[in-house]
Amino acid sequence: MRWNQIKYAGWGNVLTADTQVARPERHSALEELITDCDHILPIGSQRSYGDAAIATEGKGLKTERMDRLLDFDPDTGTLEVEAGIKLGEILRLFAPRGWKPAVVPGTGMTTVGGAIANDVHGKNHHIDGSFGQHVESLVLLTADGNARRISRKKEAGLFKATIGGVGQTGLITSAILKLHPCPSTTMSVSENRIANLSDFVDAFEASTAPYQVGWIDTLAKGGDLGRGILEEAEFSAQPAATIMNQKTKSIPMTPPGFAVSGPIVKIFNALYLRRVPVDGRTVDRPINEFFFPLDKISDWNRLYGKKGFYQFQCVLPMERAKDGLSDLLEIVSDGGIASPLAVLKKMGEGRAGYLSFPMEGYTLAIDLPNRAQTPAILSDLAEVTERHQGRIYLAKDGAISSDAIARMYPEIGKFREQVNKVDPGHKFISAMAKRLNLRGQS
Amino acid sequence: MNRTWIIVGATSSMARAFARKVAEDGCHVLLAGRDLADMKRTKKDCELRGAPSAYAVMFDARKPGTFDEICVKAAVQDGEINVAVFVGSMPEQSAIDTDPTLIDGTIQDSFTGPAQLLHRLAPLMEERGCGTVIGVGSVAGDRGRLSNYVYGSAKAGFHTYLAGLRNRLGRSGVHVVTVKPGFVDTAMTWGIEGMFLVAAPESVADDLLKAVKKKRNTIYTPWFWRYIMLIICHVPEFIFKKLKI
Repeated sequence: MRWNQIKYAGWGNVLTADTQVARPERHSALEELITDCDHILPIGSQRSYGDAAIATEGKGLKTERMDRLLDFDPDTGTLEVEAGIKLGEILRLFAPRGWKPAVVPGTGMTTVGGAIANDVHGKNHHIDGSFGQHVESLVLLTADGNARRISRKKEAGLFKATIGGVGQTGLITSAILKLHPCPSTTMSVSENRIANLSDFVDAFEASTAPYQVGWIDTLAKGGDLGRGILEEAEFSAQPAATIMNQKTKSIPMTPPGFAVSGPIVKIFNALYLRRVPVDGRTVDRPINEFFFPLDKISDWNRLYGKKGFYQFQCVLPMERAKDGLSDLLEIVSDGGIASPLAVLKKMGEGRAGYLSFPMEGYTLAIDLPNRAQTPAILSDLAEVTERHQGRIYLAKDGAISSDAIARMYPEIGKFREQVNKVDPGHKFISAMAKRLNLRGQS
Repeated sequence: MNRTWIIVGATSSMARAFARKVAEDGCHVLLAGRDLADMKRTKKDCELRGAPSAYAVMFDARKPGTFDEICVKAAVQDGEINVAVFVGSMPEQSAIDTDPTLIDGTIQDSFTGPAQLLHRLAPLMEERGCGTVIGVGSVAGDRGRLSNYVYGSAKAGFHTYLAGLRNRLGRSGVHVVTVKPGFVDTAMTWGIEGMFLVAAPESVADDLLKAVKKKRNTIYTPWFWRYIMLIICHVPEFIFKKLKI
């Protein structure tokens, strides 16, 4: 297997690696790859924002060429795939046949391996829970070079350490997923303007829609703090049809940093808000465009310029939601960094791993361009999150401290026990695991 | 009508991308290559993407005995038979300089092996009076140069063979497409220095299907390689022999 010296970055383009990366195409190459190197990190399609997929402590292993469908039972919707396949591809192939991945995040570019390793969630978390809950079993290639199939019944501890375990237990080579019925390839989406944060939470609580997501104008202050748009969606009555590949545009050059400066974001946010009429509207949208709105521009992350950006995402427990969210939004609106993308969502209890992110409550995600004052803002946001008994999402993080993470993830002890047992030599290691001392041995 | 694609060298990423597209288009797929375990996964992948049937059979360009099964399987398929040949091997030129016997294998993999197989399948295709042969050559076959002239000469031989085959099969309604890819993002080019404008296997597969539809004779993929090679082929030999490209 040939190694390729590659420089690459997390999705936020702030944290980077310059290391040797292999990209195997055949299953037979894997065992030797794993056993032959001291340290290695599985890499999906690099959609985690911070350093979850950054291999600074060893080599990298890109899984994107191992992306085949292995088995499907059309009666139960049980699908076995190689872990490098992207969720958007599964949706494209199976939605016309009446099935979809039970949970998809905001981009279809995520691989199944990445979705498991970060136990991702989507717009239906309040009902359907996290991605890992719909994984029946998976095959894990561990540090000793052995492949083992693990599940809730077989090696349950290792299974729970692997789901949400950010690649630290081994290489996920394939997985069996329980798909959900998909009655239509069109979604009926209701969009309504929301006046402020308190109304937003009330609107989420009143909503019965299976899919919900809120967009927040982070520049609004005072009585308008937390204003935005609530999207509620359900499957349309239109029958399933073939999904065309979404036409994607790419950004021809890295734009200068001022592309996301205050005045421009202010105009963008104002226009975005007014897109939806005062009385709201209901529109039909193709399923892939509804689930993956950002995939229309394949490399939108470059809009933030050469310095890149951080994404902050936390979840706060229900009883602290209104107060906590208001504190967080005040930090952002007072911080003088314009964020065009802020997303609010209600979460249920669903989680599948020791280091899974979700808890019942509200999750807020905010893009923050990387400026001089950004680290201070991130640190304030983390402090407020902790004060309100919340938790920060590893798939997004590139800034928090190891002490805070240990306090936010109460099951980290169980994770450490499993990961240190299955990989005592720390063969699988990422920049994130090192920075956050996820293995608890420094 | 029933359509079947025989895909030779099916473990390469270009072949895999092509197999998926014809499978989604509803064609039967016959995968031929050396790594049977790997092809069994691709076979399942093709079936689940829409191929009414898929098979994986052993093919080794250096062992003509392995061609029998492909010919037998092809003969029992009804309707249109198509063949796409993706095989070839490119040892480092320095390895060949140390061990010139490597030349034999390179030529077998890239030229004589696939040519023999196509020759055996040709009568069947003539009899059916339809179908397409895609032969994947290389821009390296357009002009011999320092870094890979053994591989290049094997591919040049294959190009000439394909031109002749086109001349023959065209008389019975079978079309032959010669494909000359530039740099494609495959396991063969991964980690090799000096790669530029590398094309994704999926976009190459799209180009192949377009060429089949439009009955093109020779295509470069991506398209701009036609012009790069036009320039390279027109550099006078007294200058070219001093270049290191």
